[in-house]
Amino acid sequence: MQSGFVLVAMSLLVFLGVYAVGDPIEILISPDADQEEKERAIRALGLDLPLWQQYLVFVSRALQGDLGRSFVFNEPAIQLILQRMPATLELAFGSMIIAIIIGLPLGLYAGLKPDTVASKTIMASSILGFSLPTFWVGLMLIMVFAVQLGWLPSTGRGDTAVLFGIPWSFLTPDGLSHILMPAFNLALFKISLVIRLTRAGVRETMLMDYVKFARAKGLSPTRVTFVHVFKNILIPVVTVLGLELGGTIAFSVVTETVFAWPGMGKLIIDSINVLDRPVIVAYLLMIVVMFIVINLIVDIVYTLLDPRVRLETKGT
Amino acid sequence: MRITTAICALGLMAGAAQAQTMTMTMAVGAPVTSLDPHFHQLSPNNAVAQMVFSRLVGTDAQSRRVPDLAESWTAVAPTIWEFKLRRGVRFHNGSEFTADDVAFTIARVPNVPNSPSSFAGFVRPITRVEVVDSHTIRFHTATPYPLLPLDLSNVYMLDRETHQNATTEQFNAGTMAVGTGPFRVVSHANGDRIVFDRNDNFYGEAPGFARVNYRMITNDSARTAALLAGDVDVIDQVPTADLARLRGDARVSLAEVLGLRIIYLSMDHERTGPSPFITDNDGRPLAQNPMKDIRVRRALSMAIDRNAITSRVMEGSAVPSGQFLPPGVFSHVPGIEAPAFDAEGARRLLAEAGFPNGFRITLHGPNDRYPNDGRIIQAIGQMWARVGVRTAVEAQTWTTFVARAGRQEFSAFLIGWGSNPDGSHPLRNLTSCFSRERGWGNSNRGRYCNEALDNQLITAMQELDESRRERQLIDIQRAVFADQAIIPLHIQTNIWASRRGFVVTPRVDESTIAQSVRPATMR
Repeated sequence: MQSGFVLVAMSLLVFLGVYAVGDPIEILISPDADQEEKERAIRALGLDLPLWQQYLVFVSRALQGDLGRSFVFNEPAIQLILQRMPATLELAFGSMIIAIIIGLPLGLYAGLKPDTVASKTIMASSILGFSLPTFWVGLMLIMVFAVQLGWLPSTGRGDTAVLFGIPWSFLTPDGLSHILMPAFNLALFKISLVIRLTRAGVRETMLMDYVKFARAKGLSPTRVTFVHVFKNILIPVVTVLGLELGGTIAFSVVTETVFAWPGMGKLIIDSINVLDRPVIVAYLLMIVVMFIVINLIVDIVYTLLDPRVRLETKGT
Repeated sequence: MRITTAICALGLMAGAAQAQTMTMTMAVGAPVTSLDPHFHQLSPNNAVAQMVFSRLVGTDAQSRRVPDLAESWTAVAPTIWEFKLRRGVRFHNGSEFTADDVAFTIARVPNVPNSPSSFAGFVRPITRVEVVDSHTIRFHTATPYPLLPLDLSNVYMLDRETHQNATTEQFNAGTMAVGTGPFRVVSHANGDRIVFDRNDNFYGEAPGFARVNYRMITNDSARTAALLAGDVDVIDQVPTADLARLRGDARVSLAEVLGLRIIYLSMDHERTGPSPFITDNDGRPLAQNPMKDIRVRRALSMAIDRNAITSRVMEGSAVPSGQFLPPGVFSHVPGIEAPAFDAEGARRLLAEAGFPNGFRITLHGPNDRYPNDGRIIQAIGQMWARVGVRTAVEAQTWTTFVARAGRQEFSAFLIGWGSNPDGSHPLRNLTSCFSRERGWGNSNRGRYCNEALDNQLITAMQELDESRRERQLIDIQRAVFADQAIIPLHIQTNIWASRRGFVVTPRVDESTIAQSVRPATMR
């Protein structure tokens, strides 16, 4: 119910927004087209109707599952987005994996031995991860690893292999070498986030009674860290990463542009540039749905990780 | 880790070595939106269409008309053009190209569903198509129409048998992207890349590469980096900021040619009363629009130091101009040079026009459309301020800007225009009266209007004698610039960069096509 309201509000906003920004025809039409051609194009794209009628047409079609055809590509908007989705998904998950692989151990270390030089270095560099702008880091990565050292390809997706009828880059060595830099670029912010969350969590739980008790019981430090501490700090990390994943899938625009990664982010920025309204609307509606689903999944993972949540639900 | 990087490096080297003999990868800055050659009239789409399809009348690197699918064309009567077609041409699927296919194409062009910008204007003058025999076709027009060959150099020929019910989606999927051109489409990933193979049965000069990867990298820095990293062999739209560095890099060579795109200022000619962004020095609206005064327009033009803009802001990638077309192009006006910078003269003219202390104006422009557009208007703002016209500068994104400019919301603004190599093209679109009936002045956003000149243009556009027509067009342009209908600034240079081993022939029309690239060894 609530989500339905969000969807309607979102589509209305996009309609009004695009209308306020400019006129798609002015951008799409060839500059030497004459007035007759211009009027034909306006009619062909259904822009001759008053805005509220355009919206009603959109709603009535959307209810039948048709979110409209792209002005630019003349293909169903939803199909365009779905075509680009695998590229963005693998990039987002790649960056998530990198963030966890790098962020968790570093955060654990910084939390367990907060006063060593190494920990302080880790914490200081995590500030860089937060504050450096993505496009700058991306270009620097390209300059260093592609142009100067020549280790990694600069842009694009590389070779792909087909799985479930969809081309994926991560299945080929060439594709993997292509995905490494953009995924790392996207991961940078998340690495810092994970480090800080983990460190804070570790420092907090280490002082808990049950940890002291476990230690007193004579359990090995490894067991205390990985069974008793680790499980408990995962809850905030999962929450934040879940929401971050949604954000990465929806808005990896900058990284995709810098690395010419043919994902949804690049599609949406290109579409905004030419005011391709059907694609913008369809995209944002899909993002709303995606966030709703992700929140649901995060809740479920919660219950798996934290018995208290399960008990509470049973209690009420 | 070291082993994997070594493998990656090896892979790259192998790729580069292969490229020199077989494959070429080029990266373009503007995305291709469709492989349907009649769906969206957009320069990147037209470039790709030139690789897959052919036209009756082709254009060479200097934008001169050359025979392509038609071997010759003549006006057999004032209102009848006859085209003799090349024999033995076959489409990629083996189907033969005949006059009937031309008739089919002309009929399809205005009827592509949902086209956001169709090619209909190029075939509208044709009232009737007459297939004389399998390789002769006649086009009837209502009035004498000398521009038909030029118009048809924008129309890509399809096959009746193959494309009878072909949809734009089928073209985009590659299944219907079947033409007579030098390359056939292997695969197309929307907004990412197109892969082409050489068409071994091509009737013209054989392409230099067996395979071409045509990639779209819209970010300027990323495109340059991809070239320097060796991931791509050729890039277009080289950003001016990288020019100095690339000129000094021995691995890279640049191919440059003066193009057909003029950057100019347009002014509010429509209002005689107050103009929205012009006030006196105290911020009160002026009773009359000063832009209606030729002395003010001329003063504003003289106040601009065009050489400073082209050398500093554009880093040498533009040439100052006082007219639409560069030298050497049909109907370029001899004797109109770029106006000299003369601040003193500008002040004098302003005083004569009744503005000894100048006035206030806002100069608008886009900031993401033309190279350095935002910086150019800033420079002009300062130059105008020097002659007493206190100028505020407002740059905005093209999507917003172009809609407002099209509604005549501005008093003065920067904009650009890519001309066809014929003076009638900019005249008819930029400086003729806005008229739906004639279909003229649609990009005349300042609404300059001079009926007498329009009548001369009508005559010129029906003159079949080329040299007489050129003289008429020169006279009209001379009058337009004498009246300072627009303030021309500069004509841009088109620049491509390529890695060693690849030679690019620069094209005046900005098209980035694989036919322009040759392996260096073949020279």
